Amino acid sequence: MTASHIAAIDQGTTSSRCILFDADGRIVAVEQQEHSQVFPQPGWVEHDAAEIWTRVRSVVRGALERAGLTAADVRAVGITNQRETTVLWDRHTGVPVHNAIVWQDTRTEALCRELGRNVGQDRFRRETGLPLASYFAGPKIRWLLDNVEGLRERAEAGDVLFGTMDSWLIWNLTGGVDGGRHVTDVTNASRTLLMNLHTLRWDERIAESLGVPLAMLPEIRSSAEVYGEAVGDLAGVPVAAALGDQQAALFGQTCFAEGEAKSTYGTGTFLLLNTGEKIVHSYHGLLTTVGFRIGDRPPVYALEGSIAVTGSLVQWLRDQLGIISTAAEIETLAGTVEDNGGAYVVPAFSGLFAPYWRSDARGVITGLTRYVTKGHLARAVLEATAWQTREVVDAMQKDSGVTLTALKVDGGMTSNNLLMQGIADVLDVPVERPYVAETTALGAAYAAGLAVGFWDGLETLRANWHRAAEWTPKMAADTREREHRNWLKAVERTMGWIDQDEQSEL
Amino acid sequence: MPGAIQSLSRAAAILRLLAGGERRLGLSEVATGLGLAKGTAHGILRTLQQEGFVEQDPESGKYQLGAELLRLGQSYLDVHELRARALVWADDLARAAGETVYLGVLHQRGVLVVHHVFRPDDSRQVLEVGSMQPLHATALGKVLLAYDPVARGELGGGPWEAFTARTVTEPAALDAQCALVRERGWADAVEETWEGVASVAALIQDRRRNPVGAVCVSGAVETVCGPDGAVRPALVASVRTAARAISRDLGAHRF
Repeated sequence: MTASHIAAIDQGTTSSRCILFDADGRIVAVEQQEHSQVFPQPGWVEHDAAEIWTRVRSVVRGALERAGLTAADVRAVGITNQRETTVLWDRHTGVPVHNAIVWQDTRTEALCRELGRNVGQDRFRRETGLPLASYFAGPKIRWLLDNVEGLRERAEAGDVLFGTMDSWLIWNLTGGVDGGRHVTDVTNASRTLLMNLHTLRWDERIAESLGVPLAMLPEIRSSAEVYGEAVGDLAGVPVAAALGDQQAALFGQTCFAEGEAKSTYGTGTFLLLNTGEKIVHSYHGLLTTVGFRIGDRPPVYALEGSIAVTGSLVQWLRDQLGIISTAAEIETLAGTVEDNGGAYVVPAFSGLFAPYWRSDARGVITGLTRYVTKGHLARAVLEATAWQTREVVDAMQKDSGVTLTALKVDGGMTSNNLLMQGIADVLDVPVERPYVAETTALGAAYAAGLAVGFWDGLETLRANWHRAAEWTPKMAADTREREHRNWLKAVERTMGWIDQDEQSEL
Repeated sequence: MPGAIQSLSRAAAILRLLAGGERRLGLSEVATGLGLAKGTAHGILRTLQQEGFVEQDPESGKYQLGAELLRLGQSYLDVHELRARALVWADDLARAAGETVYLGVLHQRGVLVVHHVFRPDDSRQVLEVGSMQPLHATALGKVLLAYDPVARGELGGGPWEAFTARTVTEPAALDAQCALVRERGWADAVEETWEGVASVAALIQDRRRNPVGAVCVSGAVETVCGPDGAVRPALVASVRTAARAISRDLGAHRF
């Protein structure tokens, strides 16, 4: 077989894409289609899983056509997906029993509080690495079982299957009702609140506490192994990898060794630190998760810290304040001044996240004097992303004992030089940007290619990683310390804004 | 220094008047406001109207500022927007060429580097974003000189500084090179800035085909040039493809 390409299916929150890579990890073709967002009530977000499957088939066909390739040219296909989004379907008909409940959906908040009982949101943290929060799949399954008529009986009888998007796609790709494989990978399973991080198996006790029948859960497999052969447009191609999107980016950035970290700068920001074979429990509000597992090798774990508001703060400046007309212009505006002029912006729009977790906090702009201009505010906005990165990195270092030596970055905001320089300055480590911006899809392709021997090992993949840019720290140590103190003072001023009685209504 | 051209000064005064508090003015208001004869004011207003700088309300006959002025004000392309849109293409060009890639724009009689992609060999390299390169001695500069009259105007008459024995320092020779650049659609600079370094560049245009910048590949003369001493055709093709792709992306943008 002379197949010389790997296909990656990137099933995201707003769109599905198929990207074809060659042996050097270069992109040969991309095809993308958006799918509908369903908002039945405030706070509820759903996707039509059947529509997503249609889109995925269509982008696979489109990418092959665009590249002038057929299934025979594709050695393997890997999947990366929006995490935690939950779909339940009938195993005999292949039809979803309800719209998929998307990760952002908050309908299970009350259920999560109830499930915490007297222990609170850390009830299952030791086993799963996660707090009881509405993002994760387990409570979403429970909600569906409680709210879709007759579903619980069908689930207990083994007629209904659960999956995150990886499972749904693998099952369909490998034949659906006609022999489709019902599997998930460890990284996706680690976002369900149902998998024990130590055994990498479903935790029967937790499943019982959540009221989820084991019969409906997929088999947990590694992130890189052949799950089955595809039918349809990719007929005969091994389906050989699955990774949650952030874990895929970690893999695509070739953060294979303990202590390596990546940060993806988009609307929000996700930092993942490879902690090797160690499960590091966080005392600073981070999540413990599986980074990846290659075949039957030991699993590699990761600490994850997310920053809710980064790119969206720049969008806020553009859309709500109208100070800039495009996101890129913030750099021009910030470039008109030398420093922040004493101003600080803390975008605690819906409270403070890691490492504080204060839902009573709200955003502030502080340090204002008559001297401050919109240029200073633009700078303060960029600095907010840098300092929030610093706080997550500090938390990771405290939890893991690992000292970061460099940060690999990707995502849309990496085109902002001032921001990247600012991150290098406040972290006091070099910030590195690789060539391929599509690290998420690349990660899925890498894992699939490894599984079928298209690439012979991690070192080959590492050799594919090249630095396209590097920002080295330039800030004087005393400046950094002074600015850090000021940032912490600004953060303090966000806390306690929302009173207890207001909060309970949220 | 010749005196100001009276009709242009008057046109500017009319535009300023229309931009003031009262948005719509009649002919007599304009004439009175500026102390002009009605006929003079009418002539200038009609010319401005033909250029789209002034519009006349069909109902009331009053004048106001035209849409073309707005477009003029917005046609300036933010360099950070340029970088954001060029990112993917510049990365791909650097990987395909195996060399350093720069994006440059005209700035204060020189080329301002607004984007820099490292050579993909992971050797120690320093980001040069924000640095300046000479207009007359680089491929980026020669593209800007060839297509942007403002650039050529700013450079003025030579002779210019010689960085190497091959630097073009005389206006006649440089203008001949610029004509060649326009003819074939790309520029090169072989050991004209630094000994041992060669570069090849092509033009980036916006939606209205205005020159907004240039993209170049730069590397050791041994790898950039073939055995005949000329820039390798494959490299020229890669640079031109990237320049077209970036221009296309800018065209899709609403200014």
